[in-house]
Amino acid sequence: MNTMTTTTTTTVLDASDVTMRFGGLTAVRSVSLTVNSGEIVGLIGPNGAGKTTFFNCLTGLYVPTEGKVSYKGTVLPPKPHLVTQAGIARTFQNIRLFANMTVLENVLVGRHTRTKEGLWSALLRGPGFKRAEKESKERAMELLEFTGLAAKADHLARNLPYGEQRKLEIARALASEPGLLLLDEPTAGMNPQETRAAEELIFAIRDMGIAVLVIEHDMRFIFNLCDRVACLVQGEKLVEGTPEVVQSDERVIAAYLGTPFEGAPGADELAEVEAAEAAAPSTNSRTEEAQ
Amino acid sequence: MADTITKNSPPTGGDVTPLISLPAATARIATVAGSVLALAGTFMAWTWTSAFPGDLTVTGYPGGLQVLVLISSALTLLFALSGYGIRGLNWVAPGGPNAAARLTALGTLGTVGYTLGAIAFQLGGVVNLEPGAWVAGIGALIAVVGSLALPFDQPFPAGDPDKGGWARFRHSLTAPHPPRARALPSAVEILIIVAGFALGLIVFTYGIDTEYGELFVGFLITVAFAFTGLARAGLVSRLTALTARYRGISLAAAFAAALCFPFTQDNDYYALIGTNILIFATVALGLNVVVGLAGLLDLGYVAFLGVGAYTAALVSGSAASTIGVEFPFWAAVLTGGAVSLVFGVVIGAPTLRLRGDYLAIVTLGFGEIFRVTMNNLNGASGPDVTNGAQGISAIPDVKIFGFDLGSPHDIGGFTLGRNANYFLLMLLFTAIVVMVFNRSGSSRIGRAWVAIREDETAATAMGINGFRVKLIAFALGATLAGLAGTVQAHVAYSVTPDQYEFAGTAPPNSAFLLAAVILGGMGTVSGPLIGGALLYLIPAKLDFMDDYQLLLFGLALILLMRFRPEGIVANKRAQLQFHENDQLDLPEQRLSDTAVDTTKAGA
Ligand SMILES: Nc1ncnc2c1ncn2[C@@H]1O[C@H](COP(=O)(O)OP(=O)(O)OP(=O)(O)O)[C@@H](O)[C@H]1O
Ligand SMILES: [Mg+2]
Repeated sequence: MNTMTTTTTTTVLDASDVTMRFGGLTAVRSVSLTVNSGEIVGLIGPNGAGKTTFFNCLTGLYVPTEGKVSYKGTVLPPKPHLVTQAGIARTFQNIRLFANMTVLENVLVGRHTRTKEGLWSALLRGPGFKRAEKESKERAMELLEFTGLAAKADHLARNLPYGEQRKLEIARALASEPGLLLLDEPTAGMNPQETRAAEELIFAIRDMGIAVLVIEHDMRFIFNLCDRVACLVQGEKLVEGTPEVVQSDERVIAAYLGTPFEGAPGADELAEVEAAEAAAPSTNSRTEEAQ
Repeated sequence: MADTITKNSPPTGGDVTPLISLPAATARIATVAGSVLALAGTFMAWTWTSAFPGDLTVTGYPGGLQVLVLISSALTLLFALSGYGIRGLNWVAPGGPNAAARLTALGTLGTVGYTLGAIAFQLGGVVNLEPGAWVAGIGALIAVVGSLALPFDQPFPAGDPDKGGWARFRHSLTAPHPPRARALPSAVEILIIVAGFALGLIVFTYGIDTEYGELFVGFLITVAFAFTGLARAGLVSRLTALTARYRGISLAAAFAAALCFPFTQDNDYYALIGTNILIFATVALGLNVVVGLAGLLDLGYVAFLGVGAYTAALVSGSAASTIGVEFPFWAAVLTGGAVSLVFGVVIGAPTLRLRGDYLAIVTLGFGEIFRVTMNNLNGASGPDVTNGAQGISAIPDVKIFGFDLGSPHDIGGFTLGRNANYFLLMLLFTAIVVMVFNRSGSSRIGRAWVAIREDETAATAMGINGFRVKLIAFALGATLAGLAGTVQAHVAYSVTPDQYEFAGTAPPNSAFLLAAVILGGMGTVSGPLIGGALLYLIPAKLDFMDDYQLLLFGLALILLMRFRPEGIVANKRAQLQFHENDQLDLPEQRLSDTAVDTTKAGA
């Protein structure tokens, strides 16, 4: 695990002037964002604002039309596996686990960049292979312990309830020993207790020395969690600042609701609607569980 | 008696009403009586003339198809009796005896029915049937009716909207998963494993040694129903649980059983069938690395077998070879593997950067190009390398350490002919491929393959270099096929281009290989081996229906995909995948899909 020994903050992620155009549509327009070590940064914005697209640009899934992304001072090539290798891990808005692999195997796949055993060593099964495999398993079990999934290590990922699938995605991302974790709506579809647990989890991840950039629609969650929040509207960064600043910014409120709002309730309602929408597939999954 | 019946009935509360309503006791008595009758019938004469193969005229001594009916009805009887909860018979059906009894009864009826039909058809009319045939037939019919009146082993799902007879019938053939078995002393457990593989060997050998098509058809019917019955009874999963616990021992037992095979054959022709099955099944297992683990659809896989075979033939010292060199066998094997590897990389490198269908199209093309090229390198339309359509013939036999595989040898009182020798040689290759499959599958690289197969976007986001990992799988698959090809060239004496087609009536060809993998069970070791054996045997044994073979094959495959999409040997994963009522399937949203396209476009 990357333990941060320095107390002075360093810039982990530096995205400058990232623009992503799909034909005529500019999904992300010249967005710059930095994340420092030890920080939890929130990214908010109404649906279709370009948050996920921005994430995809950061992680090399999209090649940004303009701009560059650097991680700890080095510019990242737009290839997902190299980005992960460099130290940025992510989760997906629509959970993308390896559904037919076990929980443990999912996390082990996350260890891919931190292990080297190739085909030959797998075939010959020397002591080095066994040691690496054992280490990986231990590390993966630690992470499952950390996310509270250890008891389900042998279950197929597809059979986990929705909330646990989200946790597993986080555990899998952590397995790549990242310096920066990108979470795309980690609490979508979670009930309030699960959301609170997720909050704790993210704080714990930050305490491990991993910087976090998180997209979320649940405003209470975001404002509780984040040191800094940026708001994206129609592909452009509207404001960036402490939760207090962003919370009270007229433009943010207008962008979100189209009408001025008072305090949290409006945002909460919005979050609830969001949650209910996102929960739809999860209820589905539960009924299946029962069968 | 009433309580013994409920003892084996599923928990009350669910709908377990059978298809045919009879008092439970009557139903069970009917099943027992019917199977006893069918069993007794096999000891009587079924026809008056020995013109029908297998000689079913002898009273007191079952022959040919009667033996199959005997076994099938004995199994029915066993399951029916175990339904009484008789002490000492409970182990027979830990999952529930009724579905198993139904299946074996249906199997009995199927085999008897087929036999009676075949006799009547071949000898010209039902008058050719002797009373024994009617006794067995009526017995089987009674057993079926009785067993259909037995309660379901698990309640009919209350929420199921489809209450039709067909749905209920299909449900009546299912049974719950058996509870965990009580642990036995490990010596006993190992003995059970050994017995299981010995039984497998016997069944397999019986199938290979069937001398006439009718017997083989009866064999297929009996085995299919009996195996499904045993599976429903829960015995198969008990056995697989044991083999999973003693992996090493099970593998050893499986190979020991295979090793015994040539010693059971006094006819070298059947040993040749065995050898060819082994080659075909091994290649199918190699393809399973590519298709089953990495999820890459390779439609031209047989070409790699061809590359290996041609290479071995060219360096074999055959007079027909255009290069006049003679490599020792081990060197030929390495060369064949290496050349296949090169071809695998050359084909894979440009195509594996693309997704999905492109690979299928390119490999399909490659397979055909290989065949056409081998045809054209004949000195007339190209340089003379392969002798064109004549191929390279008169490939000398392999000699290992002065041991000539071409001539018979005596081992422990048994004479092993040429083909038996090659069987043993090929078995070594099979062992290597099994080991490669197992070891690569359960390692970092194997997990990466499966991850790519499951969700390529997520896999690359986890740091897997998709292209590299897929290329390794593809090249490994090519190499394994090439290795098998080097043996195949020697076994077949000659290599010709038309042995390596995309589709044909006889294996190996790419379509059959793929079918063997899918039919057997993707991602498993035993699946392609069993699927390969079946797909080799069926065309070899049923040559009388030559014209309809492909049609029937197609039908069989469609039915299989409809009713058991995970194949004969279900990978635990696949089973869950196909039989859950779907939809935890991570919703593939537009965003994530297009994400990929953009990467590819940008890359
Ligand atoms: N591959 C693509 N091709 C074309 N348009 C795209 C593509 N990906 C995203 N878009 C568009 O870009 C815009 C931003 O989408 P994005 O998913 O980034 O929004 P978001 O802020 O994550 O929204 P949400 O809160 O709903 O997740 C949308 O209008 C979307 O339709
Ligand atoms: Mg989004």
